[in-house]
Amino acid sequence: MEKYLIVSAILFTIGTIGVLTRKNAIVIFMCIELMLNAVNLTFVAFSRYLGNLDGQVFVFFVMTVAAAEAAVGLALMIAFYNNRESIDVDDVNLMKW
Amino acid sequence: METLFFLIITLVALVSGILVTTLRNPINSALALIMTFFCLATYYVMLDAPFMAAVQVMVYAGAIMVLMVFTIMLLNIRVDSTKKHFHKIIMGSIIAFFTLVNTVIMVIKGQPSSPTGPYSAETIKQIGHTELIGREMFTNFLLPFEITSILLLVAIVGAVILAKKKI
Repeated sequence: MEKYLIVSAILFTIGTIGVLTRKNAIVIFMCIELMLNAVNLTFVAFSRYLGNLDGQVFVFFVMTVAAAEAAVGLALMIAFYNNRESIDVDDVNLMKW
Repeated sequence: METLFFLIITLVALVSGILVTTLRNPINSALALIMTFFCLATYYVMLDAPFMAAVQVMVYAGAIMVLMVFTIMLLNIRVDSTKKHFHKIIMGSIIAFFTLVNTVIMVIKGQPSSPTGPYSAETIKQIGHTELIGREMFTNFLLPFEITSILLLVAIVGAVILAKKKI
């Protein structure tokens, strides 16, 4: 089981680097999806190891939340693009002082 | 044989994961992300969870990525952002590196509790993974399942209102 956990940790780290370094909002969003998937892999690996299916039901819920998040987040990006003609996160500075 | 297969899938998953974060064009990142999702579906099959693999391919690689690629093409983003912030990249890498080291140490040193649940690999093969998940979801997790439907309803309303030009 350890090998799955280590793969999951590396994928999560790659996602973290992407979120912290990229500036395109859609790419940041995709990196968040990558992190969610890494956590899902941990859930399934533990569920298999412990012989308990609760973890896989949680993966189901994580997928639902990710779908809702994708719908709302992409709608937000479209609204922002209509205002600013850009989806660079550095341009989101109206509330900065 | 299984280890070799695992290593190949891991190689593909990690390379495509790195490509997601490094490629310039968002559409290429999206394609690399789909590749990663398929690798994760393969892991789920190897972990005796075929239903989760099917849901992964249908929901993630199907629905969510279609939505994302659709948005990328709708917005028609130019490949720009020529200026780089090296301090940002260095700080992000340091934080991520410490996260990774911490996690790997935990995984190697930690002692997980012994298997306690009733579902061994034989049980899952005998009864069927989909049926077991369904039983679990509609008995122990019935209330969270119903709350999920409210969450999806709220997301639909929110997305429609946000994407409208004028309310």
